[in-house]
Amino acid sequence: MDPECSRLLPALCAVLADPRQPVADDTCLEKLLDWFTAVTEAGSSLLLLQENPCLVELLFHVLKSQDLSSRILSFSLRLAGIFAAQENCFQYLQQGELLPMLFGEVGPLGGAAWTAPAVRSGWIQGLRTLAQHPSALHFLAACGAVDTIFSLQGDPSLFVASAAGQLLVHILDLAMRGPAEGRRSPQACDWPACAQKIVGHIEDSLCSTAIPQVTQALSVLTTAFGHCHGLWTQGLWVRLSPLVARLLEKDPVPASHSLVDLLLSVARSAPSSDRGLWETLAQTLSHLSPTQAGPLALGILKLQDCPQALRTQAFGILLQPLACVLEAAAQAPGPPGLLEGAAGDSMTVDTLLSSKSACVGLLCCALAHLGLLQPLPQRPSPWPQAPLLGAAVTILRLCSGSAAPTSDVGGRLCAILVGCGRVQRAALDFLGALSQGTGPQELVTQVFSVLLEYLVSPESSSMVLKKAFQATLRWLLSSPKTPGCCDLDPHTQLFLTELLPVLQKRLCSPCWEVRDSGLEFLTQMTRHWGGQAGFRQALLASEVPELTKQLLRDPESYVRASAVTATGQLSSWGLCASPECPGAQQESLLVELLHILSTDSEGFPRRAVMQVFTEWLRDGHADVAEDAERFVAGVLQAASRDLDWEVRAQGLELALVFLEQLLGQRGSHCPYAVALPETAPPGVLAQALQVLCRVQLFEFAFRALFDCDRPVAQKSCDLLLFLRAKAAPCGSPQEAGDSPNVASVEATLQRWQAGEQGQPLGYLEPGAVVALLRSVDLEGLRDTLAESSDHVEKSPQSLLQDMLAAVGVLGENEADCY
Amino acid sequence: MKLYCLSGHPTLPCNVLKFKSTTIMLDCGLDMTSTLNFLPLPLVQSPRLSNLPGWSLKDGNAFLDKELKECSGHVFVDSVPEFCLPETELIDLSTVDVILISNYHCMMALPYITEHTGFTGTVYATEPSVQIGRLLMEELVNFIERVPKAQSASLWKNKDIQRLLPSPLKDAVEVSTWRRCYTMQEVNSALSKIQLVGYSQKIELFGAVQVTPLSSGYALGSSNWIIQSHYEKVSYVSGSSLLTTHPQPMDQASLKNSDVLILTGLTQIPTANPDSMVGEFCSNLSQTVRNGGNVLVPCYPSGVIYDLLECLYQYIDSAGLSSIPFYFISPVANSSLEFSQIFAEWLCHNKQTKVYLPEPPFPHAELIQTNKLKHYPSIHGDFSNDFRQPCVVFTGHPSLRFGDVVHFMELWGKSSLNTVIFTEPDFSYLEALAPYQPLAMKCIYCPIDTRLNFIQVSKLLKEVQPLHVVCPEQYTQPPPAQSHRIDLMIDCQPPAMSYRRAEVLALPFKRRYEKIEIMPELADSLVPMEIKPGVSLATVSAVLHTKDNKHILQPPPRPAQPTGGKKRKRASDDIPDCKVLKPLLSGSIPVEQFVQTLEKSTQHPPVPFLLEQHGFSDIKVEDTAKGHIVLLQEAETLIQIEEDSTHIICDNDEMLRMIRIPRIPLSSKLRCLCLK
Repeated sequence: MDPECSRLLPALCAVLADPRQPVADDTCLEKLLDWFTAVTEAGSSLLLLQENPCLVELLFHVLKSQDLSSRILSFSLRLAGIFAAQENCFQYLQQGELLPMLFGEVGPLGGAAWTAPAVRSGWIQGLRTLAQHPSALHFLAACGAVDTIFSLQGDPSLFVASAAGQLLVHILDLAMRGPAEGRRSPQACDWPACAQKIVGHIEDSLCSTAIPQVTQALSVLTTAFGHCHGLWTQGLWVRLSPLVARLLEKDPVPASHSLVDLLLSVARSAPSSDRGLWETLAQTLSHLSPTQAGPLALGILKLQDCPQALRTQAFGILLQPLACVLEAAAQAPGPPGLLEGAAGDSMTVDTLLSSKSACVGLLCCALAHLGLLQPLPQRPSPWPQAPLLGAAVTILRLCSGSAAPTSDVGGRLCAILVGCGRVQRAALDFLGALSQGTGPQELVTQVFSVLLEYLVSPESSSMVLKKAFQATLRWLLSSPKTPGCCDLDPHTQLFLTELLPVLQKRLCSPCWEVRDSGLEFLTQMTRHWGGQAGFRQALLASEVPELTKQLLRDPESYVRASAVTATGQLSSWGLCASPECPGAQQESLLVELLHILSTDSEGFPRRAVMQVFTEWLRDGHADVAEDAERFVAGVLQAASRDLDWEVRAQGLELALVFLEQLLGQRGSHCPYAVALPETAPPGVLAQALQVLCRVQLFEFAFRALFDCDRPVAQKSCDLLLFLRAKAAPCGSPQEAGDSPNVASVEATLQRWQAGEQGQPLGYLEPGAVVALLRSVDLEGLRDTLAESSDHVEKSPQSLLQDMLAAVGVLGENEADCY
Repeated sequence: MKLYCLSGHPTLPCNVLKFKSTTIMLDCGLDMTSTLNFLPLPLVQSPRLSNLPGWSLKDGNAFLDKELKECSGHVFVDSVPEFCLPETELIDLSTVDVILISNYHCMMALPYITEHTGFTGTVYATEPSVQIGRLLMEELVNFIERVPKAQSASLWKNKDIQRLLPSPLKDAVEVSTWRRCYTMQEVNSALSKIQLVGYSQKIELFGAVQVTPLSSGYALGSSNWIIQSHYEKVSYVSGSSLLTTHPQPMDQASLKNSDVLILTGLTQIPTANPDSMVGEFCSNLSQTVRNGGNVLVPCYPSGVIYDLLECLYQYIDSAGLSSIPFYFISPVANSSLEFSQIFAEWLCHNKQTKVYLPEPPFPHAELIQTNKLKHYPSIHGDFSNDFRQPCVVFTGHPSLRFGDVVHFMELWGKSSLNTVIFTEPDFSYLEALAPYQPLAMKCIYCPIDTRLNFIQVSKLLKEVQPLHVVCPEQYTQPPPAQSHRIDLMIDCQPPAMSYRRAEVLALPFKRRYEKIEIMPELADSLVPMEIKPGVSLATVSAVLHTKDNKHILQPPPRPAQPTGGKKRKRASDDIPDCKVLKPLLSGSIPVEQFVQTLEKSTQHPPVPFLLEQHGFSDIKVEDTAKGHIVLLQEAETLIQIEEDSTHIICDNDEMLRMIRIPRIPLSSKLRCLCLK
């Protein structure tokens, strides 16, 4: 500990121990604890206490004082825990009988302070930190802490209850580890007493009829299997699994959520040869209700090594609801369903028909689980792609009312699901996920037709539409390319001709969310297919490009932003221009976007414009390339005045792209690359600097360097460093003093740095720029900017000073009240 | 209580309710779908329509070719359009006492009923219903009268000939009762019989029942009706809406505790949500106009058009349509737009508050001011000077058979740039378009029907809990085209009773009680005795006087006083005779005590049993399922005591005089049994 802190510590301890002083806020106490943790990790706690006796005094004082706040008490308990984590320091504190007084019956445990959850939480955390060595175990046993922890498991404060459970696991782990670990038998005769006590408690809880108790026991075990990797956990499972299995005999299965968590936790940590475990899992799957079994089934399918039979069973659980839907909606006994033989499990059907919420819940879970499973490498194989596609399509049709099931179950399902947005969204997400696989053409046609149905339907809500657009995009992009031909296949082409009028209508929707998702969809489609002749033809024949352009004046800023991105994308592919007069149209778009950049009252459209411009410059968009200099000058001028820091940062991005085009790429970031000086040839350089000066890039960059928003300043710093590396790596023909206005420029910069940015920099000569680049301490600035904004205030010393200042100990104004 | 169903159209109802001694007609809607079988009446000579070929029978017989014309495979009657009237034969309509109107769409048959059936009663309706109803009738008469047609087809109606015609003419029902439109004179006469009412106003009908209109939330002045007597309540729910549109919200609370709820006028398009349809309407409108096309909206001159104009008011600027003219063409366009602004008290809260600012409640005032919306009585006159394309035209009639819309259909039908958007749900758009085929114009169907859908109905029924629900048969099964949609029907317990045209329904509830008033002087003379907390009894001797369905208990006429001198004291006269009160008894008879009393011989037996002479000696008591039987063997008498009755069975009167059991059983039914 540095001496200055040592000096401040006694005063601080006095403040903390004084009930009359207002307690510093919680964050200060937390920071203080963090600091002590760091100090004790770096050195000996014993030494720390010996050198700073005020700390132990504080702990003693806390015990004696009656009217201390619960925060300070909690803090002291945790502080004591931190010190006692080292065994020698533990002994030292034990000599003074401090620890029993803090954590034992005589301490806060029996007092009025115990009613405060903060104190109970501090007590647990203190013990948690303290319990690191065998002496601690003895201590815990001696002071009867374990019984208190048992009772705290049911604490009304959820934080305390959960911490109590974790502490039990920690103690158990501490007790069971050690030299004898591997040899411990499951039958517990040689287990340490402490462990026996905890395990006995868990056993009792598991046998309890009170569900909260069972839940507590299960969650403790879940933590144990999730966090402890000692061999002893296997023994523990052997001992407890019969009790867990007995829970399954009850109807309904108590605490099913926690049970599922536990079993999955065990399964992840157990060796794959544990046949008993797999049997328990199989049994659980068959005992739980369809809704409860879903998460377990998903967890089982995610396991790496797991018997095939169990996987099949688990997969069956997930497929069951969809199989029921397929069967109920089937017009006639069609192709084999999802689950051969077992389709239409009566329990699942009952759940589906019992109530709307149960039906929606079960279907949404099944769809979500299968959607999660789909992209995983360990997903079941063979993956029933075709029936799943069929099920998703059927569910969507039931929801839209377009399915006409003949069976009774189908009719009731239809009545439940019709117009249900939640299921529609889940099914569309799932359908989108299924686009990664293929399917029989007939089904794919059905997929596209149901997607179109949703896109067309006026009844689709904006969220459903968004999902429908997303799913459509995924299916379109995954549609097969005709071999030997780079163009779209005929089905897709046909679909496009139906889709574009719909998109057109959606872009006219009075609901802005719909217009927005329509534009996003258009942007994505154009990004991927802008070069496809079929797509271009269909798009140009429609009114979509024209409509998109009109949406640049939409009253909703999000829509304007999306319209900017979409028109930018269309224009990049030359899809904005009408065939008669390409130039004029394009020109006007550039002007229109610049107009948005300089006048739009909302940030989103302006940011979008900057992104489009950057992309245009990078891709060498025809109209930008025509007169890039004028373009960059105009954009930077508009961006530099912008109030939105993201626009300014994007301006720097654009400047960087421009720089790279003039001076060549930035150095590769590969750390193993040999760093060769990559200065530009002098002729090119001089020209480039002239250009940069003309577009006033420097004024923009230097202004940004002192921007009040750190990301902008950082970006500018990087840009100037790059420029310096290119332009003035070392001595160059012109020296700093050569240019007459360097001094005045430097003065201006200093004023800028001080926050007075009103004065312009004026025109800069290339020479002056080079000189400036050298004279400004860019590296220093970069380092300062890299520090977080509170780096000055973060030191422990300043923390202590702040805390003392807050209560007026440091100040000279102690006597102010007189 | 009976319900006579005169109309088969669930949203254009016409029912007659016989309740107590009154005959009440509930709405008189006019089914205009019959006009779809007729050729359109063009305002401007249409060569296409006038050159349609006549229709001939399969055997080539062409005797009908003057009456029937063929167009794109459909056959139409070339005559003045006719309407299908409510049933007039089921009940003598001259006996109808009152007609209750629920909204302006449901009164279009009024002139037929009031002017041609001998009706002498009163019609009750709210002011907006009457005013806007008048506009609708005026428009209808105007549309039809301004295109006079010499020819009137009647040959085809002959039953033997009708059988030979193609569908849908073949299947048209009751064609013999179809009538031409009424005249303005008849309209005026009919409307003069209307008495205006306000929401929650109580109207007494002959003292027998009370009727009250309640806001139904569907249109300006639209109402549901409560028809109640003192002990019975019938609710008539017709054309109600729970959506927040321009009218005052629906009053649901007052519908609670109904014995019967007659439910009509639900949405005709249960699968279309009005909000989505408005969105669809705006999207299609804007898309067409952006492409340089014109939009035609066939509509009624009042109702949904106000909401559409309001949506467009918010939408046009954002969609960049500010320069597009909106035209509203109807003989009553001006009145409709202005009427809507003056019925402040009938509007929803938001619009009402605007009036106090003061601002016009509907934003179409601003659209008119800024010249974005222009209205004209007809396409002739000023309109032709101002007409600019592309534009949006709102005009009638939604059936596309008469009115200015016919002209626009002929004018714009050939171009695929134009769009016709159907927003009114009353007519099948495909049938409406049939005589215009082939048609290049785009057709969009966005029916906006804000009336209750089945989900809202089931919530409503759960909330108001009527004992019985009565509804048109169409609501008790899924729509024929979507037979699997079991969610599209009324689902309630007990199942709803359904009716169809020309059916008489006996409503399943009996009247049990009648309210009787007691004159104050008689009431004053009563001396109630509390027999248990909150329940008091008194004996009453009075004369029941019934007049105008009101029953009054009056003091009995005094017995003729012996004319014994003039010193009669008034005061003593007023004191009732029964000054010495005999105890009034109630409750169940304690059998043991009763038997003991019968056995005792005393002149002053303890209450409750009065026994005048000697006691009985040979009493036997038997328990029965309902009570006890006391046998007095010697006297050959049997006393049967049950929970709510006591019977004494014996041969001679002497015995009866001996046993007097004044007892009033305290059951909910309060049946009083007097034994003598």
